[in-house]
Amino acid sequence: MLITCPYCGPRDVSEFTYQGEAGRTRPDPASTDRAAWDGYVYDRLNPAGEHSEYWQHSGGCRAHLLVKRNTLTHEIASVAFAREDQRIHSAGRRGKGARP
Amino acid sequence: MRKAMAENSLWRRRAAYRLAHRSKRNVPMAEYSALSLLRNALSGNRDWTPAWRKPDPKPAYDVIIVGGGGHGLATAYYLAKEHGITNVAVIEKGYLGSGNVGRNTTIVRSNYLLPDSIRFYEHSLKLWENLSHDLNYNVMFSQRGMLNLAHTPGQADDFIRRGNAMRHERVDAEWLTPAEIARQVPGLAIGGTARFPVVGGLLQPRGGTARHDAVAWGYARGADRRGVDIIENCEVTGFLRDGDRITGVKTTRGEIRAGKVGVAVAGSTGQVMKLAGVDRLPIESHVLQAFVSESLKPFIHTVVTFGAGHLYISQSDKGGLVFGGDIDGYNTYAQRGNLPVVEEVMSEMVALFPGLARVRLLRSWGGIMDMSMDGSPIITTGPLPGMYLNCGWCYGGFKATPASGWSFAWTIARDEPHRINAAYTLERFHRGAVIDEKGQGATPRLH
Ligand SMILES: Cc1cc2nc3c(=O)[nH]c(=O)nc-3n(C[C@H](O)[C@H](O)[C@H](O)COP(=O)(O)OP(=O)(O)OC[C@H]3O[C@@H](n4cnc5c(N)ncnc54)[C@H](O)[C@@H]3O)c2cc1C
Ligand SMILES: [Zn+2]
Repeated sequence: MLITCPYCGPRDVSEFTYQGEAGRTRPDPASTDRAAWDGYVYDRLNPAGEHSEYWQHSGGCRAHLLVKRNTLTHEIASVAFAREDQRIHSAGRRGKGARP
Repeated sequence: MRKAMAENSLWRRRAAYRLAHRSKRNVPMAEYSALSLLRNALSGNRDWTPAWRKPDPKPAYDVIIVGGGGHGLATAYYLAKEHGITNVAVIEKGYLGSGNVGRNTTIVRSNYLLPDSIRFYEHSLKLWENLSHDLNYNVMFSQRGMLNLAHTPGQADDFIRRGNAMRHERVDAEWLTPAEIARQVPGLAIGGTARFPVVGGLLQPRGGTARHDAVAWGYARGADRRGVDIIENCEVTGFLRDGDRITGVKTTRGEIRAGKVGVAVAGSTGQVMKLAGVDRLPIESHVLQAFVSESLKPFIHTVVTFGAGHLYISQSDKGGLVFGGDIDGYNTYAQRGNLPVVEEVMSEMVALFPGLARVRLLRSWGGIMDMSMDGSPIITTGPLPGMYLNCGWCYGGFKATPASGWSFAWTIARDEPHRINAAYTLERFHRGAVIDEKGQGATPRLH
């Protein structure tokens, strides 16, 4: 499997570290909504087909990447920098105004 | 630890167990025996009956089991044998043995740390010890021992702690010194020039291997002879429902109704549960690869695991080395892996047995693992009314086959878990009562 890092180009999968399903949103740290926390920590979509996931190019430029990959064929549809994915920001930090 | 071991002689316990279970064998009449072999040999082997029928699905059953792997077949067998529920169908999308039951490295053991795990897997090991007799089918269960090598003093402490936890639950465990290991496993790089010197090893003498596809066939025949319909080449494509309640399955061979539907599809759990509208589960599907070498003269007499990385190796009766390592570590439903893991597994094998560097590989393959968030399985009623779920086997579900089927059958028959699977609920994740042997947390690729 090759992953095309937007910075380094196509590299072997052994240079990357898998970080799991993308788009899980961490609840506000002050939240006491147990179901939301349980879901965030333990539940996964685990689709057979297209999957949005994070990888880190740990053996290269160290960028965190958002990869869209088919879990039935291993075909990669797109790779982008994870920082450009709005979903990675936790609920608590989502609004710009919330930042100190 | 070793002294206590001797008092509690393994041999004596095994003999006592066999004696206690002899009278319980209720196999109707041995279909396979020395006599039947001889008779059939004389008549040109024309009179054997098929080990299981190929029935058409009936419109309705009391119980449907989705998935004809080891766990589904064992469940059907124990439903019939232990609970008298024989109006049962096992629905399998491919042929029997096409899933992980026919793809694993066949290791059987109960050398766990946590009480819930030890009790469950020890129950399984005891069923294994009588399985060939119970099924009247030779599953070639070989208690050749299971040896975990430790390569640092810290790891040795950790293993000894696990050994003591096992002994606390009356499971056999023995600590071996490097000299004892050198005698048992010739060819192993132990000290001197070894890349990862061995400081000791935890042996479970009753652990070992079994012939994996014979397990599927034996349970299939046992279930079939008790009236269970095993329906192959029949894929479940949806569920029949009455409101929330599951009332049957839609298949490529039509709709089939059932009072109860058990799902035991291992690596396909995510796909099948989505058909029932359950979109999220504490499960990720990953691929695990395995390897077989060319045949060699017998030289590895136990199952050996490498503690400085992750490798397990045994030698089959045909002489091939059967071995594997870590999962690839990303979500996948493709039954094939990538080369980095192949390279890692080979390098670990050569670090352990330098003499194997030039041995040729015969085959490699992959299977899809249902990795749970704490590394432990789920055997439970629900999550919908009329439904029962068996999954989360990670890469250790082969050894669990008898106890999984036994306790899943109990759970389906009585609508409540047996004490040995009571901890394996879905809602343990939501209560924080996870059973995490390694303390890795909710990162399946690390379990
Ligand atoms: C390479 C490898 C090595 C392993 N090594 C070991 C080991 O050494 N020791 C150990 O204890 N465990 C090991 N395991 C794990 C063990 O094999 C599995 O945990 C166990 O076999 C899973 O249970 P099963 O036998 O019921 O699964 P399977 O045999 O996979 O059964 C599930 C069945 O469900 C069927 N199915 C799926 N979807 C549908 C559908 N929609 N309709 C109908 N049927 C469907 C599949 O076709 C399949 O036959 C290993 C696994 C692999 C892949
Ligand atoms: Zn890069």
